[in-house]
Amino acid sequence: MFLQRLSAGVAVWLALSGAGWTQDVAPEASPVWQKVREDLFPGKPIGSGDNVIVLETPKRAEDAAVVPIAIRAQFPQAENRSIEKLWLIIDNNPSPIAAIITFTQESGRADVETRIRVEQYTPIRAIARTNDGTLHMVVNYIKASGGCSAPSSKDAAAAQATLGRMRLRVDDPLSAGQPALAQLMISHPNDSGLAMDQLTRTYAVPHFVRSIDVHYGNKLVLSADVDFSISENPNFRFYFVPGSDDLLDARVVDNQDLEFKTSLKLGPTRMGAALTTH
Amino acid sequence: MSACVVLAWAVGVGAEPPDLRDFQVENPAPGVYVHYGSQAEMTPANAGDVANLGFVIGTTCVAVIDTGGSYAIGRALRSAIRGVTSLPVCYVINTHVHPDHVFGNQAFVEDKPQFVGHTRLADALRRRGPIYLRALLRDVGDSAQGSTIVLPTRSVVDVERLDLGGRSLQLHAWPTAHTDTDLTVFDETSGTLWSGDLLFVGHLPVVDGSLRGFIAVIDELKNTPARRVIPGHGRADAWPAALLPEEHYLKALLRDVRAALAAKVPIAEAIDTVACDDANHWLLVEAFHKRNVSAAYAELEWEQ
Repeated sequence: MFLQRLSAGVAVWLALSGAGWTQDVAPEASPVWQKVREDLFPGKPIGSGDNVIVLETPKRAEDAAVVPIAIRAQFPQAENRSIEKLWLIIDNNPSPIAAIITFTQESGRADVETRIRVEQYTPIRAIARTNDGTLHMVVNYIKASGGCSAPSSKDAAAAQATLGRMRLRVDDPLSAGQPALAQLMISHPNDSGLAMDQLTRTYAVPHFVRSIDVHYGNKLVLSADVDFSISENPNFRFYFVPGSDDLLDARVVDNQDLEFKTSLKLGPTRMGAALTTH
Repeated sequence: MSACVVLAWAVGVGAEPPDLRDFQVENPAPGVYVHYGSQAEMTPANAGDVANLGFVIGTTCVAVIDTGGSYAIGRALRSAIRGVTSLPVCYVINTHVHPDHVFGNQAFVEDKPQFVGHTRLADALRRRGPIYLRALLRDVGDSAQGSTIVLPTRSVVDVERLDLGGRSLQLHAWPTAHTDTDLTVFDETSGTLWSGDLLFVGHLPVVDGSLRGFIAVIDELKNTPARRVIPGHGRADAWPAALLPEEHYLKALLRDVRAALAAKVPIAEAIDTVACDDANHWLLVEAFHKRNVSAAYAELEWEQ
């Protein structure tokens, strides 16, 4: 399923990137978006997301490899109203569908912060599906940085050397029932493999994180399908609702089926941090 | 070929391209020639002429050190060489992967030189080259026509010498610092060190490799017994004193980003709040400081 999604995304980019994009065009008109929309949300209306989510992005991708973004829900997760799923779309990246994130009631808040790669001037959009099944979109525009900034690794050798280290941490004291912020850091090159060897005309082997699942006790708090639009060393900040359980678990699987796990032991009112080395 | 360049410029994108006749080289020591690029981002008006370039002449051949940000600038440099010597160009050395230093390479292909770079340069150019080329066409427009990615044919792992006849150049490939492809060139005959972008003067230093690595490498680079240094950007008047403002900036960045991490400041907020050590001293702070904070934060957060 995921690979289908990915290859469709790359095909869309290959077909449409030549069409180019200028800031004068309305973001809704992006041909990439038209295609992605058809694939992901066929025949479904998408309303304005202003009362549902906020998308925080810089105006300019200062470092093309590490562009911080945040999606923030405008209401807490509740039985009567919640966000079930978020899609993060970066129209002009080689793979426009950067992340699909599932939240639960145990998330407390359907917020997520991460960092993305931005190759060129692009609309960036977040689409939320609320528990009534309706879709809500917000769109920003990011300017690429100039000249020598590149979305690829700054030190490919070093990235490979620390593959699979993970860190899971909760900085603030916990209060039962109150959403608490957690951070997951994954040391991984998250490489697209789109760099071509000009002599052999072959591509590098892609190696990127494919899925992330975080559980509190045995309850899912966040599940994400991601790819190489996420920066090297993928980094996520998200919420969970602490209660009587004491373990926060993260499981990460990459496209080569390598699996990485870490867990953080929490007291009911205690913060903590865990570091796992593979 | 030059007719093609002129034609390309004739259909330019509104800004006046630089006049190749104005392409100046200076001759600070016998056989050593430098072109100082402008201290700017790459634009149609400068055709990517924003880095320092040059060449060293021996008794048998010429080594070119960086080729400029576009084919047109490479052609201008080649014309400058032909105005000084008829000896063949046997080496074209790239000090690192950045577009303002490599996109003139194409102008020298017909000379059949060895293209020389850091052992990681080929891989870095494969990864970044297509993206750089697209950004070049976007930012520089028609003035960038003819620019291509030319991969190194000879790679330097650690230290190597190139013989130009009567003088040799000492090449040093460094661990990850400004980039992961930094290479310096030292001409012992004249005592001239070509630092590439391991030294920025005026232009704010840019961290595109490792901040900690950059600080460590320039500390070692100080020991080079040079009489003069040609920075990657800007003009240096004393060696190794020319390194001090850069070292100050980088160490302040290291200290301040570490402090932000210790205070649990999220990356987006750190990018907006960690200040430049001396914004009045440096050029292009707007273009590069926030980017340096982003890169430093991502590098240093694993220390905490």
